[in-house]
Amino acid sequence: MIETRNLTKEFNGLVAVDHISFSVKRGEIFGLLGPNGAGKTTTIRMLATLTRPTAGTATVGDYDIVKDDNEVRKLIGLVSEKIIMYDRLTAKENLWFFGRLYNIQKEVLNTRIDELLELVQLGKWKDVQVGTFSSGMRQRMNVIRALLNMPEVLLLDEPTLGLDPQSTVEVREFIKKINRENKMTIILTTHMMIEADLLCDRIGIIDHGKIAALDTSPHLKRRVSGADTTIFEFEIANLTTNMVSSIQSLECVGSASRDNATRIRVHAHGNNAFDIIIDTIRAEKGKINSVKNLEPTLEDVFLHITGHDVRDNADQKIPMKGHRRFMPRRRVR
Amino acid sequence: MGIRGLISQSLMVTWKDLMELFRNKMGLIMLVLMPIFMMSMVGFIYPSDTSISDVSIALVNDDEGHAGYPSASAMLVAALEQMSTDTGMMTITNASSFDEVRDMIQSGEIDGGIVISSNFTSSLIVGKQGIVTIVTDESNPQMSMSLQFALKEVFEQIGTWVAEQNVQLLSPTTINATNSLAIVKPYSVRTEGSVPGELSYFDFMAPGLMAMTVMMSVMTGLPAAISHEREVGTLDGMMVAPINRLTIILGKTLAQTARGLLQGTLILTLAVVLFGVTIHGSILLIFALLLLGVFSFVGLGVVITSFAKDQETAMMVMMTLMFPMMFLSGVFFPIQQMPWYMQDISRALPLTYAATALRKVMVLGANIGMITTELAVLIGFGAVMTTIAVPVFKRAMTK
Repeated sequence: MIETRNLTKEFNGLVAVDHISFSVKRGEIFGLLGPNGAGKTTTIRMLATLTRPTAGTATVGDYDIVKDDNEVRKLIGLVSEKIIMYDRLTAKENLWFFGRLYNIQKEVLNTRIDELLELVQLGKWKDVQVGTFSSGMRQRMNVIRALLNMPEVLLLDEPTLGLDPQSTVEVREFIKKINRENKMTIILTTHMMIEADLLCDRIGIIDHGKIAALDTSPHLKRRVSGADTTIFEFEIANLTTNMVSSIQSLECVGSASRDNATRIRVHAHGNNAFDIIIDTIRAEKGKINSVKNLEPTLEDVFLHITGHDVRDNADQKIPMKGHRRFMPRRRVR
Repeated sequence: MGIRGLISQSLMVTWKDLMELFRNKMGLIMLVLMPIFMMSMVGFIYPSDTSISDVSIALVNDDEGHAGYPSASAMLVAALEQMSTDTGMMTITNASSFDEVRDMIQSGEIDGGIVISSNFTSSLIVGKQGIVTIVTDESNPQMSMSLQFALKEVFEQIGTWVAEQNVQLLSPTTINATNSLAIVKPYSVRTEGSVPGELSYFDFMAPGLMAMTVMMSVMTGLPAAISHEREVGTLDGMMVAPINRLTIILGKTLAQTARGLLQGTLILTLAVVLFGVTIHGSILLIFALLLLGVFSFVGLGVVITSFAKDQETAMMVMMTLMFPMMFLSGVFFPIQQMPWYMQDISRALPLTYAATALRKVMVLGANIGMITTELAVLIGFGAVMTTIAVPVFKRAMTK
């Protein structure tokens, strides 16, 4: 459905996207995971025909994003990081305006607007100005705006950025639902590991404009652990330094790190590693409160592949919740 | 889709922009207040004629007289005092010397002074001219000019009157009160305008102000609106729709034009109702001219839009262009008052032509045949700018 070949974008000599190649199958949810500034948004904007690539090509549904840009536009819906809604227009007026830009017949558009509003439980807010909506409501509006033209491909740029936990869950559920029910192909960008893990069939890890790894979430995780590494987390009431160093010195332990006063995280190999570690702790008279068998997270994957933590640069741009509403509106008439 | 799609989608953009405008209460109030402020400010600050009132003048009478003759200066002073009580033009205080007058001007006590020379009477007796010096406050050139003008007029009149008396004495048989004036001043000059009625500064200013408001709304409103949408992100919503890129400018231009015309109409109404301006030409032609003005400025607006990446830059570019245009286009000051090089710059600005054409139509009642030069310039400028603007905009929109 979507194919990019060496897609590249430079801004004044700065390479934002560096020869990216990937393909997305019809009906798939594909995630671009990476810190801010990795090139996710630029990639999405190129696929949405809003930015022209400096080099390389991409096709959406067999249409070239540069040569057949208007054909591509008919196929796609874009949920941008910024909310594409006019505050002084009502929910219905907003959808009507954008719908008419797609030349949707008036009767068809009318029913579709009602359906979409119902779909995100905003039916009764139809005639209320969007400026008064909460950020969760605005984001839901932002998503259904992109669905007006019944796109085959939905491009989502950080769809849950700046939302409260409840709205985040709602939006994620909704994305899954439209993918399942409408067989819609979805590309989404995120810097949240959990989001990529929960939603995406395949994940492309993107860092410094390059795709560092591309696979399904389980496959990516296996890359870190290998087949026989397991991660345990012990909660020991009377954890001592001695205990930590004896665990560390065990043959079957790859690494052991003390997280806090009572918790220790152990990477172990081999079938009987668990028994050996338990015996060691008992021998030191440790009281084990709990044991967890941890799966490697995408964070571990990211660290393993790129050599740095996602948060290293992700922290630079933490959005204030609902920040848009406090932005001064300089509109000179 | 073709041309019909382009038009109907542009109208959607216009509808959306106007909805946003009319729901913005504060913005609407400003929209109405701005022309009112403009009109009253400019109208009341600039005096409608050159008369002055309540100017304080210090009078120094150094005249020593001439033995055996009546003092000529006393007569002059009496005439001055008579005039100031009659017209309220000035209040006269006495001072002792030229130096004192200078000190008083410097301390701001008075606006100017009159010094009658010591040999005033004796000069007249021996057949020479009597000398009167007018001292002005040069820190206030406008005032100084008016004062000089007014006082010269006063002395001219007094001088004429004295001359009349003198010629009557020369030959009492042939010259009398009825023909003495014709002998002293053989010419009388009268002024009459080409249209009847008294014209005020408003008649001069209103057409220019209208032209300016309407065109500025396109030139500044368009970049402001587009760069605002770009910053907020809503522009992307339009850009991802399968529409011709021109739809966006076309729609926005229509909205801005509507806004500009609304303000223009407001100015026109205010000018007629509040400031007594009479329109001598056709209203239809006035609006046609305003629309033409819009057309000639759209291109420029679009070019600014394409180059200004954010609203702040757009505002700055617009301010830089707006101020010279405002003052050089003869909206507030006649172009003819400017030095030649400024006049040349003025002739390069399209607003000049729009203002001139509009003034000709509104004040002088000109018809379309009399403003062909202005029309040609406006159409030409508009066509050239639009030709440049369209490809520039298309390129700027897909970076």
